[in-house]
Amino acid sequence: MKKAISFAMIPLAVVALSACTSGMGGANYEQAHADVVAASFQAKGIATLDYLKQDDANRECSAADVAGKPLDEKVAKAIEEANLKTVKWPSDGKFLGDWKEGEKIAQSGRGLTWSDKAGAANGGNCYNCHMIGKEEISFGNLGPSLYNYGKLRGVTDPNAAASKAIVEYTWGKLWNSRAYNACSQMPRAGHKGILNEKQIQHVMALLLDPASPVNK
Amino acid sequence: MKKSVANRLLVLSAVMSMGMTAAYAQGTAAEGIAKYREMLADGNPAELFEMKGEELWKQKRGPKNASLEQCDLGKGPGVMAGAFTELPRYFQDTGRVMDLETRLIHCMVTLQGFDSAELYKAAPTIGKGEGANLVAITTYVATQSKGKRFNLSQAHAKEKEMYEVGKRLFFQRGGPHDFACSSCHGVDGGRIRLQDLPNLTKNPGDGIGVAAWPAYRVSNAQMWTMQKRLNDCYRQQRFPEPKFGSDATIALGVYMGVNANGAESIVPAIKR
Repeated sequence: MKKAISFAMIPLAVVALSACTSGMGGANYEQAHADVVAASFQAKGIATLDYLKQDDANRECSAADVAGKPLDEKVAKAIEEANLKTVKWPSDGKFLGDWKEGEKIAQSGRGLTWSDKAGAANGGNCYNCHMIGKEEISFGNLGPSLYNYGKLRGVTDPNAAASKAIVEYTWGKLWNSRAYNACSQMPRAGHKGILNEKQIQHVMALLLDPASPVNK
Repeated sequence: MKKSVANRLLVLSAVMSMGMTAAYAQGTAAEGIAKYREMLADGNPAELFEMKGEELWKQKRGPKNASLEQCDLGKGPGVMAGAFTELPRYFQDTGRVMDLETRLIHCMVTLQGFDSAELYKAAPTIGKGEGANLVAITTYVATQSKGKRFNLSQAHAKEKEMYEVGKRLFFQRGGPHDFACSSCHGVDGGRIRLQDLPNLTKNPGDGIGVAAWPAYRVSNAQMWTMQKRLNDCYRQQRFPEPKFGSDATIALGVYMGVNANGAESIVPAIKR
């Protein structure tokens, strides 16, 4: 009885499928997904449908996650190279700003949701995923601890030649995390316009200034 | 009954701050939440929504002056026990996979004669009008599956397809922050600040993840259904808004629900 019903339902289902979506084959889940996305989302506030557009990095990493496989090495390399090219180095040559301002930015998770206003200063969302300063015990664990970030890397004078490599890497990582790890989960703060150059200088100071509580 | 719930509400804020202080000290919010869930075991404010929902389920309403008592939630007209923990599912009469809320709207349209477009317009506003009514009815019907284990079907091709679509939505990175659902809900033991995050790619355990919704949220004194939960997740994910009852929300419900098969529902749950 049950079997008879389910067999009888197959032609119905096929008719229903072809009626409401175009080109949805037997198991073309990619097309079905694309159709569902196109039909399901609406712009709200500053969160327009442009938010759904994926670059190569997001498209490839999403597909790899669905497949449950790591990215092909060549594809990963290409993504990292393309993202490294987007890094804008400090226009005034200064890598470090004020760590106190950096702490405020690291604390704030505000910005760019549909309930936020256009043009408002965004937060860095840093504590959501990282331990950073020791005083803040409400920190997330999706990213590694950044406590003693500069100290552990031997940065005693950020302006010294010996510090250059780690200072530049940290800037690049904050500007565009995917330059060094194709499918990193960390937002691309500079590249995607979450933080501006000045804000990134402040976060840099939080991580690398020997006077920052992070390095005490 | 109502009075005892109201009294419980008075102590709730005190319990909550105690719970949160303890949680901070212990380094996990989960224990604090577990504590006030326990203290409220026989006086969950969600009961107010449940009672209102029961009245609305039985009340003759709408242009057809009918109740919802003959609503078929997938197990036959009027059968509520265990219906919620098998949703979303494929319904032959609509040719669609539907979750509890879209199915209830379907019944309000077909049985009671309400206007579908108007109900979908009202539904996202959970604090008033038919939006608030839908939250109450959803809470009431879901609660009839309290203690049942999730048992979603994948027998129909459309259910399988919605699972696959939901999986692709779950891992879909986008927006200014490149976030996907999986950014937060793809690993075991993850936390945002002190908030524990269930791993929704598998059964996260009894009463955790989908098995903890609908839930009363203490912090804003609101009853949230899965539709509202997903809406606010997408807001924080920096995505555009998923339309109420859209296939994206239902596909995610199928993906998370099937993954959670075997988990016990503690509906109506209580949340921070």
